[in-house]
Amino acid sequence: MNEFESKGQRFVALCMLGLLLFNYPILALFNVHRTFLGVPALYAYVFIAWTALIALMALIAESRE
Amino acid sequence: MLNEPAIILVSFAYLGVLFGIAYYADGRADAGRSVIASPYIYSLSLAVYATAWTFYGSVGRAASDGIGFLPIYIGPTLMIALWWVVLRKILRISKQNRITSLADFIASRYGKSALLAGLVTVIAVIGILPYISLQLKAVSNSFTILVQYPEIVMPANVAALSTRQDTALWVALILAAFTIAFGTRHLDAAEHHQGMVAAIAFESLVKLLAFIAVGVFVTYQMYGGFGDVFAQAAAVPKLRAMLTPLEGVAGGYSSWVWLTVLSMMAIMFLPRQFQVAVIENVDEKHLNKAIWLFPLYMLAINVFVLPIAFGGLLRFPSGTVDADTFVLTLPMAEKQEWLALLVFIGGLSAATGMVIVETIALSTMVCNDLVMPVLLRLRRLRLNERRDLTGLLLAIRRGAIVLILLLGYLYFKLAGEAYALVSIGLISFAAVAQFAPAILGGIFWKGGTRAGAFWGLLAGFAVWFYTLLLPALARSGWLPTGMLEHGPFGIELLKPLELFGLAGLDQISHAMIWSMIANIGAYVAVSLRATPSADEHRQASLFVDVFRHSGEAGGARFWRGTASVPDLYNLLARFFGTAAAESTFAEYATARGLQWPDERMVADAELVHYVEVQLGGAIGAASARVMVASVVKEEALTVDEVREILDEASQVVVYSHKLQQKSRELEAATAELRAANARLTELDRLKDDFVSTVTHELRTPLTSIRAFTEILLDEPEVDAEQRRKFLGIITREAERLTRLINQVLDLAKIESGKAEWAQTRVDMKEVISDTLAAMEQLFREKNIRVEAQLPEKVSTVNVDLDRMIQVMLNLLSNAAKFCDRTNGRIEIALSERDGRLRVDVRDNGRGIRATDHEAIFSKFHQVGETLTDKPQGSGLGLHISRHIVEHFGGSMWVESSPGRGASFSFTIPAAAA
Repeated sequence: MNEFESKGQRFVALCMLGLLLFNYPILALFNVHRTFLGVPALYAYVFIAWTALIALMALIAESRE
Repeated sequence: MLNEPAIILVSFAYLGVLFGIAYYADGRADAGRSVIASPYIYSLSLAVYATAWTFYGSVGRAASDGIGFLPIYIGPTLMIALWWVVLRKILRISKQNRITSLADFIASRYGKSALLAGLVTVIAVIGILPYISLQLKAVSNSFTILVQYPEIVMPANVAALSTRQDTALWVALILAAFTIAFGTRHLDAAEHHQGMVAAIAFESLVKLLAFIAVGVFVTYQMYGGFGDVFAQAAAVPKLRAMLTPLEGVAGGYSSWVWLTVLSMMAIMFLPRQFQVAVIENVDEKHLNKAIWLFPLYMLAINVFVLPIAFGGLLRFPSGTVDADTFVLTLPMAEKQEWLALLVFIGGLSAATGMVIVETIALSTMVCNDLVMPVLLRLRRLRLNERRDLTGLLLAIRRGAIVLILLLGYLYFKLAGEAYALVSIGLISFAAVAQFAPAILGGIFWKGGTRAGAFWGLLAGFAVWFYTLLLPALARSGWLPTGMLEHGPFGIELLKPLELFGLAGLDQISHAMIWSMIANIGAYVAVSLRATPSADEHRQASLFVDVFRHSGEAGGARFWRGTASVPDLYNLLARFFGTAAAESTFAEYATARGLQWPDERMVADAELVHYVEVQLGGAIGAASARVMVASVVKEEALTVDEVREILDEASQVVVYSHKLQQKSRELEAATAELRAANARLTELDRLKDDFVSTVTHELRTPLTSIRAFTEILLDEPEVDAEQRRKFLGIITREAERLTRLINQVLDLAKIESGKAEWAQTRVDMKEVISDTLAAMEQLFREKNIRVEAQLPEKVSTVNVDLDRMIQVMLNLLSNAAKFCDRTNGRIEIALSERDGRLRVDVRDNGRGIRATDHEAIFSKFHQVGETLTDKPQGSGLGLHISRHIVEHFGGSMWVESSPGRGASFSFTIPAAAA
């Protein structure tokens, strides 16, 4: 398997993960009246998960092997 | 300070700066030092995605749905994760086929169909109109609100706008003029607009900074940080529900999911995104950075949306202020003039960026894929006679830009007031999502056909029109609303908002479900039934297997016919002007080792394809096809022939793999042969050396024997004493000769591997004692003291006894030869360590230079000055000894320095007990 294919597969897997994270029922777990550092749980979750996703994308995109 | 002339002045100053940047970047591009050849500029230019919708509309959406505005940015993030797979492929295809627009891409994929290109263009233009109207609305509203400062009055309440004050129209016209100046100054064969890209990147920075500035102001100046805003909101019952928004809103999760899917499509297939991401891309490698920088940009511009939305709702509890304007009205209400002006400029940059790129992309499509094909067909003869068509092309594009912006304005007048910004934009998103099946199917599925793509697009567009555009017009009072409530002609089942009774969904989800079913269904069903033409076969293969075919010449394999070089040249000159045509042909000729003009240049398939691709860069693939066909006589290839060529191509790939493998094997064999040859040459040289040395060594003793025998023969009166002395010399020389010949024979046997080795258990102590005993006489004659240090008991070794004695004899006789003449002394030591026996023979002679340590073990090497010293041995002894020791698994070496004697050592592995 060459570098392009393996990178591609990681990205596809990451997209799947993203689809899971930003969908029912995971979202429903955070759709509650709680706060995280003063920010409503859902808002905090979405922004944190989003940031993590971007970090992983950066990691894969910039990796060389 | 915030009066009307000042704001207008600042706006024009800003547009002037933009123009300056574009002018500078174009100049740099002409000079060959592009400013946009950077992954950061590329990433920023992609942020043209963030329009007035993002800048003003997100807050408006958040004020009603809470987090419901976010799928528009999370969807693209997920799609961008797939860019490595999808966009890289589209980029490669577009570079190879010189694709100039979205319509060109689809048309090219499906056999360069002009009909399909036209349909895509129509859908794109109609679909994007709401989106453009959104920008016009946002700019004109923000302007109208800002001039009322310090009052905060909504545009709808500003009494009776006169024509002069119809800001939206002025905005449309000014933007049209600006875009024309920007994007249609000259005709670029590759449709690159470097200046535009640079300006867009700059605008992305401006809108991001402006939005973050207002976000920081609201969150940290008006309130005490994120926690404070949300805490205050939670205290208001009406707002509390919005903190867990997903259940409250119509559709809830399904709406969230559909918006995600929708924006996943939009980020790829909005004409302006396609323009910046694909057409304007200068280097595929920029993707690596853009893949994470662009999502990061979207994250950054969205962080403050919720605080601003809640801040606005708390600040204006009466509901008289439109939430779409919070970004602007909050700083105004707080009397922050400068911040309000910055926000206005930020919104302006968001809107202008979108309008410029979108209209340039659309005008290219309208010109290349709609107007030109029609003109070429309708008035083909006359157009063909025109010498220069560049002017015509530019005029069509300029006209298209004005027309598109005026249509956008018209839509704003017809339907703009009834909807919020985001709702208007989503209608456009749903329209461009219709391109997804044809494009994604087209690059991954060879079975997709022109008919399938055509009917899929048409069906999807029709459903979109019926379920989204029609209701928008009806709600604004331009169509009877009864149609919405009771269905057309009272048929309930056909109600546009609840088609076939599908109720309970929000409008977008509803439209997406039906349009995608119609679109994908028709695309797949018709594709499976239709028989593709030869053209479609060829293009499908070129697109789907783009990473297998390489180079632009790929398409040339599929052409057969006759053409003439001047015809092709004139064709190119008509569209690009003579200068560009000259250089294009010169480039082609140079690449093939010819001159231009050159009589040897033939109008073969390759040249025809080259011209078509160049032309396609300016007028689109479909038009280029028509134009080229008009000057060449083509023989159509049949489907079978195309298939054959494709099969051949894959066969060729297989063969070339095999060939490569063979040639690698050949290379390896050649290297081996070369090494063997080198070894043989070396051996040959050694043999020559050997022969000459041996003859030389034989001649020396022979010469003395002959000399002395001649003396004895010629002079019989030599006295007895003399005679005895001469005979002694003769005997010694004869012995030396015998020894030499024996050693040469011995060496020959050892080296050829024919020597016989007897292996017995041998006690090295005995070997040493026996040898010493045998040489005792010699030592005594030469007055040499010999000391042997032999341990009590040592392990035996498995060797040939005679050979071992030969080695010891050689070492000891060497030592005797070279040790001190008057006070000779030889030490012999035997020791055992780590399963090896070691023998050292040390003399106190003159020693050996370090450079000779290895050399003395080679054949015929004599230590000392050969010219002055008489040779004292054959020069083979050490060489043979080392051979013997190594044969039994040991090693032999010497340690010495001049003047301090020499110590010869060897080791032999002990025999297993």
